[in-house]
Amino acid sequence: MSWTQKVLRVNLTNGTCQSEPLNMEWAKKYLGSRGLATKYYTEECDPKVDPLSADNKLIFATGPLTGTAAPTSGRWTVITKGALTNAIACSNSGGFFGAELKNAGWDMVIFEGKSASPVYLDITNDQAELKDASAMWGKSVWDTEDMLRAARGDNDIRCASIGQAGENGNLYAAIVNDKDRAAGRSGVGTVMGSKNLKAVACRGTQGIQVSDPMKFMQATGACNQILADNPVTGEGLPTYGTQVLMNVINETGALPTRNGTEVQFEGAADIGGEAMTTPRESDGKANLVSNAACFGCPISCQRRSQMDPNHFSVAGEPKYHGVEGGLEYENAWSLGAATGVNDLEALTYCNYICNEYGMDPITLGTTIGAAMEMFQIGAITTENTGGIQLEFGNAEALCKICDMTGLGEGFGKEIGLGSKRLCEKYGHPELSMSVKGQEFPAYDPRGIQGMGLTYATSNRGACHLRSYTVASEVLGIPEKTDPLTPDGKAGLVKAFQDATAAFDAAGICIFTSFALTLDDVAPMIDGDLEGDWSSETLMEVGERIWNLERKFNMDAGFTAADDTLPQRLLKDAAKTGPAEGKVSELGKMLPEYYELRGWTPDGVPSNETLSRLDL
Amino acid sequence: MKVTLKLYASLGQYLPDHAEKNEVEVEIEQETSVEGVLAKHGVPPEHCHLVLINGHYLAPSESAVKTLKDGDALAIWPPVAGGKK
Repeated sequence: MSWTQKVLRVNLTNGTCQSEPLNMEWAKKYLGSRGLATKYYTEECDPKVDPLSADNKLIFATGPLTGTAAPTSGRWTVITKGALTNAIACSNSGGFFGAELKNAGWDMVIFEGKSASPVYLDITNDQAELKDASAMWGKSVWDTEDMLRAARGDNDIRCASIGQAGENGNLYAAIVNDKDRAAGRSGVGTVMGSKNLKAVACRGTQGIQVSDPMKFMQATGACNQILADNPVTGEGLPTYGTQVLMNVINETGALPTRNGTEVQFEGAADIGGEAMTTPRESDGKANLVSNAACFGCPISCQRRSQMDPNHFSVAGEPKYHGVEGGLEYENAWSLGAATGVNDLEALTYCNYICNEYGMDPITLGTTIGAAMEMFQIGAITTENTGGIQLEFGNAEALCKICDMTGLGEGFGKEIGLGSKRLCEKYGHPELSMSVKGQEFPAYDPRGIQGMGLTYATSNRGACHLRSYTVASEVLGIPEKTDPLTPDGKAGLVKAFQDATAAFDAAGICIFTSFALTLDDVAPMIDGDLEGDWSSETLMEVGERIWNLERKFNMDAGFTAADDTLPQRLLKDAAKTGPAEGKVSELGKMLPEYYELRGWTPDGVPSNETLSRLDL
Repeated sequence: MKVTLKLYASLGQYLPDHAEKNEVEVEIEQETSVEGVLAKHGVPPEHCHLVLINGHYLAPSESAVKTLKDGDALAIWPPVAGGKK
């Protein structure tokens, strides 16, 4: 089987690295990655733990398919309690690091305690050692990776690290691997920084064994064919990336604009996928250079971009003139539509900054959007911002604030709090577009009703990747539903949540679910692991994971009162587009959702449900 | 009467040269159907997956019968934005 059956436990307080056997009973019930690591985490950590204390733990986890020949098997997950949210945090990344970790012989790494000084974890197959990272402290993700490669004398190592944001207390710092793939949300990088852990450098050459190679390769071959034949995974995502969505969602009237004051952005066409392929007026070149793939991925949705070297943000800064990780839809939206900025080059620069300094672009952009609204109403002034005219649409202000936030300087330090704390500080908590402390992404629940329930019930705070009902409500996958009605959305959200948890736990990318069903995935897992896996058992695993996360949050102090949305979405009707006059009808969906979940009317998993799921 | 035609992703190639940002205002006859607009601009109907009129979804089966009104915005994507080949 593909499990190495080894967990690396790293005690940062004592400076020790120890191997221990993987709990195979738990692996059968929680599969891996998001599921199995959450089980380990919740068994070992008090739900009320301070996320930034030495008592909090941080887990890097692979799934059973991670690093194998399964399509999109580059995924790995970080599990901890989120610095931004105080809820269970589960941030998933692609790239090559996860596959390298598995090939080094480790299913999971558990970090505990806190180092007295900056360290990095150096892994070469079975050997793991903590080393001094003093020289890297204060450096960016990009510089840290270069320094680690130089220190090892090996360009083939894979790295996951924090940048300056993770060191300076920014509450939504990301852990970035392969320079521009990120476990981005909820402040997992902040937790890593609080432990004085700068990076993990990994080299793995041991290979991965599956239990039934013939069965496994037949199943992966079938999945690869389905992905190639599907227009979204075979053509849409490779050609346009997720950015094909910008004009779709704007036209649908569900593009949160200027901190959610509007649902359509007049500048959407300037910052979407089509704009990225259009030659610039300034130098005749397109922003998009090529696509790229993570480990084992036949979809290749990554964007590789090259900026106009004379753009104000990078003029005289040659390190930004090469080809780097380009804009994905969520980032273009948060840095663009949410701030009213339609300068594609400026957004590309800010995206680079997020990768370089290690920040979540969704929370960064939306927090700046909230600050811009407070600037507009006079709650924040140039005295607060250090003279910056923080107006909606001001691209230069956006770039400057992103720089300052990454470095934790001036008003950037306050932007680094996230919108919830920032808006509370300046007396306008209602202007934070967040749930459980985390900002919602690029789909307005007034125009896509299922996403309101998705955000309100997401265990890690507002998120689109827990149940992407946009697939059904807008794109018609697997079947078209009406985005403007709350009817039927409780069941839709539950089904998406459970299935997504299973995809995550398997160690493959959720984008495969545009084409693959769990009926397609199950044979891969069945060939990979011993056992008898089916779509039914995978859905049960997904439901178990969802309830385990929920139970942790309830024990941490969250209640049904936290399953809500910003008042703006519940009371201020959309002004334009198909949803004109509509608000989110969360109140109609939530009771039905609780019932379908087998939870009490107060949103608590019932004893019967917990028993049924063996929790 | 006039409607705004918006063609995205690979369908952008069917827009006239003076189109900007993937959209153009076009003159059509009264009672022209969505399919009629597509035919006038040489857009293969089988390449049209997601069709929105003023942002509202139009099922593929309705494109032959659904007529446009003055000022309507017709936005279309190929199957890359959902759908099956």
